[in-house]
Amino acid sequence: MGLPGSPASHVEVEDVALRFGRRPVFKDLHCAFPRGQISVVMGASGAGKSTLLRLIGGLQRPDRGHVRVAGEEIAGRGDAALSGIRKQLGMLFQNGALLDSMTIFENVALPLREHENLPEDEVVRRVRARLEAVGLPDVEDLLPRALSGGMLRRAALARAIVMEPAIVLCDEPFSGLDPPNVSRIEALLRDLNRELGLTLIVTSHHMASSLRMADRIFLMRDQACLSGTPLELAQSQDSAIVEFIGEDGAEYLARYASGGEGGP
Amino acid sequence: MDQAIRRLGAFVNQGLMGMGQTAVFGVVVLRSLFVPPLRGRAIVAAIYDSGVLSLALICASGLTVGFVLGLQLYYTLSRFGAESSLGTAVGLALIRELGPVLTGLLVTGRAGSATCAEIGSMKATDQLDGLRMMAIDPIHFVVMPRAIAIVLVMPLLSALFILFGIGGAYLIGVELLGLDGGSYVSSLESAVVFSEDVLQSLVKALAFGVLLALIATYRGYTCEPNAAGVSRATTSTVVTTSVCILLADYILTSLWGV
Ligand SMILES: Nc1ncnc2c1ncn2[C@@H]1O[C@H](COP(=O)(O)OP(=O)(O)OP(=O)(O)O)[C@@H](O)[C@H]1O
Ligand SMILES: [Mg+2]
Repeated sequence: MGLPGSPASHVEVEDVALRFGRRPVFKDLHCAFPRGQISVVMGASGAGKSTLLRLIGGLQRPDRGHVRVAGEEIAGRGDAALSGIRKQLGMLFQNGALLDSMTIFENVALPLREHENLPEDEVVRRVRARLEAVGLPDVEDLLPRALSGGMLRRAALARAIVMEPAIVLCDEPFSGLDPPNVSRIEALLRDLNRELGLTLIVTSHHMASSLRMADRIFLMRDQACLSGTPLELAQSQDSAIVEFIGEDGAEYLARYASGGEGGP
Repeated sequence: MDQAIRRLGAFVNQGLMGMGQTAVFGVVVLRSLFVPPLRGRAIVAAIYDSGVLSLALICASGLTVGFVLGLQLYYTLSRFGAESSLGTAVGLALIRELGPVLTGLLVTGRAGSATCAEIGSMKATDQLDGLRMMAIDPIHFVVMPRAIAIVLVMPLLSALFILFGIGGAYLIGVELLGLDGGSYVSSLESAVVFSEDVLQSLVKALAFGVLLALIATYRGYTCEPNAAGVSRATTSTVVTTSVCILLADYILTSLWGV
C-alpha cells in the first residue's frame, strides 16, 4: 500500500503472475515488505504463502513481473547470480529442509563453514548460541531424523539466522509447536528484529502470535494480497478480512486498538 | 500408421533430448570439480558408500562367476583336449568382458540406485533448495562428490571382480577337477597382454563408471520432487544405465578392433 512516509521497502513483489500448469497461483500480485519490520503473511492453506517466499528467495521464477530484494531485481536470475543476495537472506522452510546426513550441529554450522573463515571455537560458540536461542541446547550430536517436527523446525530456524542475514523468511515457524515454544520463537524473532534490525517475513496460521508480532499483515486471497497494519485490519469492514481474522482475532484486535494490554 | 510413426518420432526425440540434457549436466558437474573447495571429505564419504559397501557383493559375485566359468569352460575345452588353456579362456573372458560389464551392472543396482534415490529424496524434502538458499551450489555440494566417487570406484571394483573370478575358476579347475596349477597360471600369464586386454578392461570400467555417475545423478537431480517421482527416477536409472552399459560395451569392443 506504500503510505507516504512509510519506511522504504526491503522486498518488493510487483505485478507478479504465476501459474502451475493451468492453475493460476498469483495474478497481479503486489506487495512491499518494509525494511526492518515484521511482516506476517496470512491466508488459507494453498493460497500461495510458501510460493511467495520461494519467489522472494529466487527458487521460483514468476511468469511475469518483478521481485526486488534490497533494490536488486532477482526474477529470472540463475543460482550463481543470486548467491550474493542469498547470503543476506535466511530461509526457514516449512519442513525444515535440514540435511539428513549431518548432525544438527553440522547443519547449523554449515553456512558459517562455507562462507566464513572462522576459527573452530568461534563456530562452536555461534552455533551453540543459536541452538540455545531456539531452545535446543542438547541435540547437537543428533541426526535430524531423531528430532520431532517442531524441534526440526527450530533447528532449521537456528540455521537460517546463524549468518545474521538482513532478511529472514520464515515459513510457518509456529506450526506444530507447544505454547511455551510458540512464545519462545515469537520472542526470538522479535528480539532479532529489534536488536539487529532484521526484516522478517513470516507466514503463519497462528492468529494470536501473528497479530502480536506483526508490524504489517499481508492477507493472501484471490491470487493477490491485501495488506495493512493490524489496526487497519481490525477496523476493516471487508467481510473476507473479518471472516479470516475470526472472533478471537477480532477480540484481540479490539483490545489492541483501544490501547489496552496485549498490544506489542 | 501415421499415429505410430508420430509416436516413434516423439520417442526418439525424447531420447535424444534426454541424452543431450544429461551431457550438459555432465559438463556442469565436471566444471564444478574445478571450483574450490575440493570437498575431499564428501568424496571420501561417497567412495565409502559406493565402493566399500559394494565390496562384499563384488567379491561374492566375482567368485561365483569364476566357479561357473571354471566348470563350463573346463568341460568345453576338455572336448578338444585343451583343458590346459583354461587359464587363458577364463582370464580373457573376465578381463575383457565379464569383469567390467558385470561389475557395471552390479554397481548400478547397488550404488547407482542408492545415489539416485538419495539425491532425489533430498530434492523432494527441499534439502537442495535449502542449500541454494544458503548460497551453496547443490551440484558442487551433493552431486559432484557422488559422481566422482562412482567414476573412481568402478575400475577398482572391476579389477577386484576379475581377481576373484580368476581365483574362483582356479579353485574349480585346479582344486576340484585336478588341472595342473602351474599350467593354469602360465596359460593365463602368457595370453594376457597388458596394453591390449588390461587397458581395454580399464577403459571399459571407467566408461561405465562415467555413464552410471551421469545417469544416476542426473535422474536424481531432475526427478519429480515426491515419493513416486523418486521411485520412477531410481527405476529408470537402473534400466537406462544397464542398457547403456551393454551398448557401450559393444561399441568399445568393436572400436578396439578385436
Ligand atoms: N511445484 C508445484 N507444482 C504445482 N503446483 C504447486 C507447486 N507448488 C505449489 N503449488 C500449488 O500452488 C498453490 C500454493 O501453494 P503453497 O504451498 O504456496 O500454499 P501455502 O499457502 O503455503 O499453503 P499451506 O498453508 O498449506 O502451506 C497450491 O494450490 C499448490 O497446489
Ligand atoms: Mg506453505
